Parts: sequence; C-alpha cells; structure tokens
Amino acid sequence: MRYDTQEHAAAVAHGHATTMGLDSRKMAFWAFIGSECLLFGSLISTYLIYKGRSLTGPYPHEILNIPFTSFSTFDLLMSSLAMVLALAAVQRGDMKQGKLWLLVTALLGMVFLGGQVWEFSHFYHEGLGLTTNLFGSTFYVLTGTHGAHVTVGVIWLLTLWVQALRGKLGPANAMTVEITGLYWHFVDVVWIIIFTVVYLIQ
Amino acid sequence: MAEHQAHATTGTYLRIAAILVMITLLEVGVFYVPAFQSVLVPVLLVLSAIKFALVVMFYMHLKFDNKFFSLLFGGPLLLGFLVVVSLLFLFYGGVRLRTGM
Repeated sequence: MRYDTQEHAAAVAHGHATTMGLDSRKMAFWAFIGSECLLFGSLISTYLIYKGRSLTGPYPHEILNIPFTSFSTFDLLMSSLAMVLALAAVQRGDMKQGKLWLLVTALLGMVFLGGQVWEFSHFYHEGLGLTTNLFGSTFYVLTGTHGAHVTVGVIWLLTLWVQALRGKLGPANAMTVEITGLYWHFVDVVWIIIFTVVYLIQ
Repeated sequence: MAEHQAHATTGTYLRIAAILVMITLLEVGVFYVPAFQSVLVPVLLVLSAIKFALVVMFYMHLKFDNKFFSLLFGGPLLLGFLVVVSLLFLFYGGVRLRTGM
C-alpha cells in the first residue's frame, strides 16, 4: 500500500489528513460522487419506467440522431483523456502542459454543451417539448441534469485554468486538479450510461 | 513524486482512450447491424459496463488508490443499481399483473 503512505504524508503536509491517513477533501468528494450515483440512478429509473409509454409522438426512434450523439460521446471521452493528461502534467510540475490540457478539457466540454444545445433546439422544432409526452419529460430532465453537471465542470475547469495562468496553480495544488478530474470523469461515466440506455437501446 | 508513479503512465492513459473509442465504435456498429438485434441489449450493456469500469479504474485512479475510496463509490453505486432494478421490477411487474401479459 505504498500509495496510502505517500498520500498520508501529502495529506498531513497540507493539513487535510483524516484519522485514516487519507486526504479529507478527496474522501468527501468520493462520498459526494456516491450520492450523485443515487441521483442519476433515480433519473435513469424514471426514464426507463416511462420508456415506450408515450401516447403521442415524437417517439425516440423518430428523433434521436445516433451519428451526432456518437460524436458527442467521442468528444466527452477525449475530454477525459485531456483531463488525466492535465493532472499528470500538474503533478510533475509541467505547468505549460497542465494549462494546455486544462484548456483543451474545458473546450471539449463546451463542444459537448454546444451539441446538446443544438440537439435540444432541434428536438423542440421537431415538436418535442418538455411536456409533449413522457419521453420528452424524462429525456429532457435526465440529459438536462447531465448537461447542467457538464456546465458546472466547464466553469470549474476554466477557473482552474485562470488560476494556472496567474501562477497560483502548481504541483502543491495537484489534489485540487485531481478532485476536479474526479468530477469530470464521473460526468463522463454518467454519459456512457445515458448514451447506451437512452440512445442505443431504443 | 513517488506518489505519481503509483498512478498510470501517459502511455496507459492513451491506450485506455484508444480502447474506449474502439468500444464506442463497436457499440454504434452493433446498433446498426440487424443480425445483432436479438442480443442488442445485453451486448450494449456489457460494452457500456466495460467502458464505465475502465474510466473509473484508470482515469479516476480507483485501481491504484486506497480501497476505502472504492467502498465510498461502490456502495452507493450498488445501491443506485438496485434502485433501478427494483423500480423496473415493480413497474413492469405491475403492468404484467394488471394486463395479464
């Protein structure tokens, strides 16, 4: 358990150690991510329960655009790669690379959000509103909640990027970047499930 | 610095990204191939679970981190999964009882 000992030493050095020797911020954030599992679990349940029970259209198979959403999925997966590269760069003190990959992650997040805005507006013009049918209600609430999480993530990443530009982010703050990464990757894994459950299993 | 060695290397991150992209392509391919329609749901769920596990283990570092973090994440994840399965069973079971189908 070499990592435990080293993490304990780092946590003690920064005054964030728990009695278990783990960083309290990281522990709290994992607990938060656990609670998010229940939030998205309930939203996915709601979508699945009402799946195929809409009395009027548009229905999923008439409106969902798989090639476009596949690109969005690819975009979000690449943003996760950019995020781990940003963390690795900050940890080794290469702030030039760290700033670059943080910005790339935020930009890829913005591309995803742009795609979601286009998708929502396209669906709306096709006649699918929030209250049109059960599909519309559950689809917009589930993917909209995920989109809100992505928005928070992009703002968080841009804040870190600005801090890095001002020279206030370095290897000593690597845990801050790691926690941001945990949030971003969680948003990614939620999308992995949504892509399968909502878009591919129609 | 030694703490960083406990994490995966850049090469591993790139390989994981390549696998994730390939699985996504496979998912989309399976979706469009009529021969897979009968096994579409289980195949897609397994592929999705592999992608989920790869991101959590390597990008979120749970494979290398303290096992307590795995417990903090795995416990609620399991509970969330059980909530989904229970609700689906309750609602779809209810439909079958009412309609006799």
